[in-house]
Amino acid sequence: MAKPQEILAEAGALIEKAQGEQELEALRIRYLGKKGELTAILRSMGQLSPEERKTLGQEANAVRAQIEQLLEERKGSAQAAARAQQFEKERIDVTEPGREIKAGVTHPITQTFDEICRIFMSMGYSITEGPEVETVFNNFDALNAAPTHPSRDLTDTFYITEDTLLRTQTSPVQVRTLQASKPPIKVISPGRVFRPDTPDATHSPVFHQVEGLLVDEGVTMADLKGTLETWAKLMFGSQTQTNFRPHFFPFTEPSAEMDVSCFLCGGTDPGCRVCRGGGWIEILGCGMVHPNVLKVGGLDTERYTGFAFGLGVERIAMLKHGIDDIRLFYENDMRFIRQFA
Amino acid sequence: MKVPISWLKEYVDITVPMDVFADGMILSGSNIETVETFGQDISGVVVGRVLDVKPHEDSDHLVICSVDVGAAAPLQIVTGAPNVTAGCVVPVALDGSKLPGGIKIKKGKLRGVESEGMLCSAGELGFDDKVVPMLHKDGIWLLPDEFTLGEDLVKALGLDETVIDFEITPNRPDCLSIIGMAREAAATFGGTLRYPDTACKKEDAADAAAAHIEVIINKPELCNRYTARVAKDIKIEESPWWMQRRLMFAGMRPINNIVDITNYVMLEYGHPIHAFDIRTIAGAKIVVDTAAEGEKFTTLDGQERTMSADMLLIKDAEKGSAVAGIMGGLLSEIESDTPMILVEAANFNADSIRKTSKKLGIRSEASVRFEKGVSADLCGEAADRVCALVELTGAGTVLSGVVDNYPVKAKSLTIPVRPSRMNAYLGTDLSAAEQVKILQSLEMKVEEGADGVLNVTPPHVRLDLTEEVDFTEEIARIYGYGKLATTLHPDSEPSEMPHSWYLRGVIRQILTGAGLSEIQTYSFVSPSGVDQIKLPADSPLRAFIRIINPLGEENSVMRTTLLPGMLTVLAGNANKFNAEAAAFEIGNTFRRPAEGALSDERLLLTLGCYGEGWDFFALKGVIALLLARLGISGAEYTAVSDADTYHPGRCAALSVAGRDGGRKDIGLFGEIHPDVADTFGLDTRVVAAELALETLIAEADLARDYTHLDKYPAVTRDISLLADEAVTVGTIEKIVTEGGGALLESVKLFDVYRGKQIPEGKKSLAFSLVYRAPDRTLTDEEVASVHEKIVARLAADTGAALREM
Repeated sequence: MAKPQEILAEAGALIEKAQGEQELEALRIRYLGKKGELTAILRSMGQLSPEERKTLGQEANAVRAQIEQLLEERKGSAQAAARAQQFEKERIDVTEPGREIKAGVTHPITQTFDEICRIFMSMGYSITEGPEVETVFNNFDALNAAPTHPSRDLTDTFYITEDTLLRTQTSPVQVRTLQASKPPIKVISPGRVFRPDTPDATHSPVFHQVEGLLVDEGVTMADLKGTLETWAKLMFGSQTQTNFRPHFFPFTEPSAEMDVSCFLCGGTDPGCRVCRGGGWIEILGCGMVHPNVLKVGGLDTERYTGFAFGLGVERIAMLKHGIDDIRLFYENDMRFIRQFA
Repeated sequence: MKVPISWLKEYVDITVPMDVFADGMILSGSNIETVETFGQDISGVVVGRVLDVKPHEDSDHLVICSVDVGAAAPLQIVTGAPNVTAGCVVPVALDGSKLPGGIKIKKGKLRGVESEGMLCSAGELGFDDKVVPMLHKDGIWLLPDEFTLGEDLVKALGLDETVIDFEITPNRPDCLSIIGMAREAAATFGGTLRYPDTACKKEDAADAAAAHIEVIINKPELCNRYTARVAKDIKIEESPWWMQRRLMFAGMRPINNIVDITNYVMLEYGHPIHAFDIRTIAGAKIVVDTAAEGEKFTTLDGQERTMSADMLLIKDAEKGSAVAGIMGGLLSEIESDTPMILVEAANFNADSIRKTSKKLGIRSEASVRFEKGVSADLCGEAADRVCALVELTGAGTVLSGVVDNYPVKAKSLTIPVRPSRMNAYLGTDLSAAEQVKILQSLEMKVEEGADGVLNVTPPHVRLDLTEEVDFTEEIARIYGYGKLATTLHPDSEPSEMPHSWYLRGVIRQILTGAGLSEIQTYSFVSPSGVDQIKLPADSPLRAFIRIINPLGEENSVMRTTLLPGMLTVLAGNANKFNAEAAAFEIGNTFRRPAEGALSDERLLLTLGCYGEGWDFFALKGVIALLLARLGISGAEYTAVSDADTYHPGRCAALSVAGRDGGRKDIGLFGEIHPDVADTFGLDTRVVAAELALETLIAEADLARDYTHLDKYPAVTRDISLLADEAVTVGTIEKIVTEGGGALLESVKLFDVYRGKQIPEGKKSLAFSLVYRAPDRTLTDEEVASVHEKIVARLAADTGAALREM
């Protein structure tokens, strides 16, 4: 019968040569199994003296542990080799394209609406909407437009009947809000508006506006400036400057137009596509709500004052994205829309 | 309003540089459209006199001129202009001179003849054709004979000029004048306004205007003042250059001295003036009255106009002489031999002028001013100024006296203004004294009343200032909008987003996630769109709301469906080589409203797709996803074969279970009928849906209640059925679901097969049924008893036979 050390030497050599898990398992059974060589040694120990038995037993158990360890190590390295082989086979060309995920895109007008509205909502303005077919009263009379104001002409307004029209501005929502609620009123009204302009690069008979209205006690023109300046910084970046110029709207007094410093060049590029070198971009109209408009809501004009503003969504989208033709918004070429993903 | 700065300086001192001036004017409320500079790019052009004109031997149209430019020897210059004659004074561009637009003039030969320079037209010197006198519009500029030969032309003619074109808002017609702009400039920069001299020094005291003319106003509500003056010994000639120059820079073409003076005063004061040849005024009488309905009248542009009874006409004893405030008559026009003129400075009702101007299709410098409003108190001053200029330019002798018929005197408004109110509006802390100073700088008279109230009388030309609030802007703009504080009004209520707005956002997210992109189309469409999609003749969607004044037939009605717009967009994409497109639109449609209602606007959601992978079931998958994500259940799809818009075998009506327990119709979807696709120029298969968005929004339930995760295993049984073609998957699913009761967790179709081994008229359908109990592991026996019952029901109700799996 072979001695444990001899078995160890023999098993060690075979384990090292063994290929794959199956061969290793066979070796395990051959040496360590119930009928294995090492087990045989232990079984035969009955003939030995207690001292010899003890010595041989210890020796055999040590060898058993060593063989187990050798088997384990060899198994690990065999697995690693197999994995390596597998990985080599499975190697891919990582420069091949990824699988296309066909996600859609919201319309750039929607995106600009959302951006504008999100900022005003964060400033506490609630969204209100109104109908697109409006009364002449809400669109003009209630907004202090003189009966002879040219914007009422057939060349400036689409009429449905003598008394109804397609709203030319989202301002009639102001009127509805003033009639329906009590101050403090703090709303924005985004929506679609219409004017009979023949489509060209800068005109569209359909376009979108966001109108804002704040009415409360003690509202001042300084509040108007502060509010719009805050919005402009959030919309165009914190470095944005604002400039307010006097203007005329029938429904506000005083009235103003607000320019923002060019968000592209900051006024440093004479050939800038956004500001054309002027450094300023006209962005919206605004003013203190005319008392005649507040009166439509039955408000005490000595107690309440307010401001209103209105901005063109297409104009802002065009400026932000460098779009040079407003008609692109309504042609809906997927190559155009997908650019705003 | 084009303002030549040298003209403006006659009434106010401007000491700041031009860019500072322009910025200051913008910030005080006079927005600027353009700033143009003239003359800066002209050099080497001098005044010359043509001494002699000879024909060119080798050319029919060229002539050879000998031109005196004040040098020892005359220059030889070849020109092609037809209007050059010996003796005329012309601009001469010398060798090496520069003209606007970077043009350089060199001497050279024209058809073999030496030319030592060029004779210039007004256009070549930078003037628009519109302002060049007719006399030399198409040729060399024939200059007035009042300059030194050889003198630099820019200096001699004062061509060095800055012209600012101000954008005048409709509330400020007073600024449609040089004096009006000077008033603004004086207030902005702190100058003093100087008015022109309106006094005549050499009136003929013996000859009174009243002896020559009588003014009768029959319609005082349309003409509240008519001021007439008369001048005789009129010598019609070219205006002096200083006047022509100002008119040209201000954008008006010089005509002759009398017409030019009327235009000059109109630009100066903003008050339109008309001059009549008094020979044509029958009966020495001006009658201001409305025209007879259908009356014909020929205006000075030679056009015969048909008047209506609401139009105001300036008549004499017999006939019409001018369309009041809009355009003179051809007959009473100033002629080259006009010996005596009637100068009219009258005030007409703005609304009447506006309507007449519109009806006749005439927009003149006069009508533009009258329709915005002109102060009646200007008439006298403006008429006087015309006479002073007639005298000053030697155009004639002014008669003494004025015929001034002023039946309805304009009211002078004095408005109480509270300085505290101004501060409350503007968020300022301006003292009363500071506010008074600002108001006075705008020529307002201010008197302090009781309780610190300021009683303010604006200048009579400021028709826009009628109530206290109007003065907030006056104070703010002169003080400076930029100097106002920037504050935030204290927060009030937290903001709200309407449910519908929010859900539209959610729906956009779902649909873009499913691969669809959003489109936006016009709300007004062609009425033929409903024909293109073959809507039945009695469809309510054919009851359009029409626009009275559409841009064209193709945009003449409000849309009742988004489908034609969608198909048009898809066709546009297909024609632009987009191999596929998947789109959706959220938009309002407009039904004819019920009696007394303003409108009936309905939000719809339209889907439309073509290209690889887009078929009925792909679209149905998108719809199913949308419903699932919106938390809408109980969808039922019913085959529709009589909707002509769609393929008769590939169209479904969708309804869902409503929150109120009833069924809710959502809309139709399917493959577009090839004939319909054809009418849009689409030669590919298209699937589309039109869904009632408001119903989807109302039924949406975004709340999600947690259900415990399954603890016990499921048992899956697959069945394969051989069924008649007529048996629908929906029917089978319904039977399975009913038969499966509480134990059936789901039923899912996983294969449809037709072909080999399947008889004609039959199909093989394979379903996967999943059984599960929430509280125990199901036994095979439990499942088998239910499953067998289902199979038996299927066979009995549909004739479907179980196939071997």
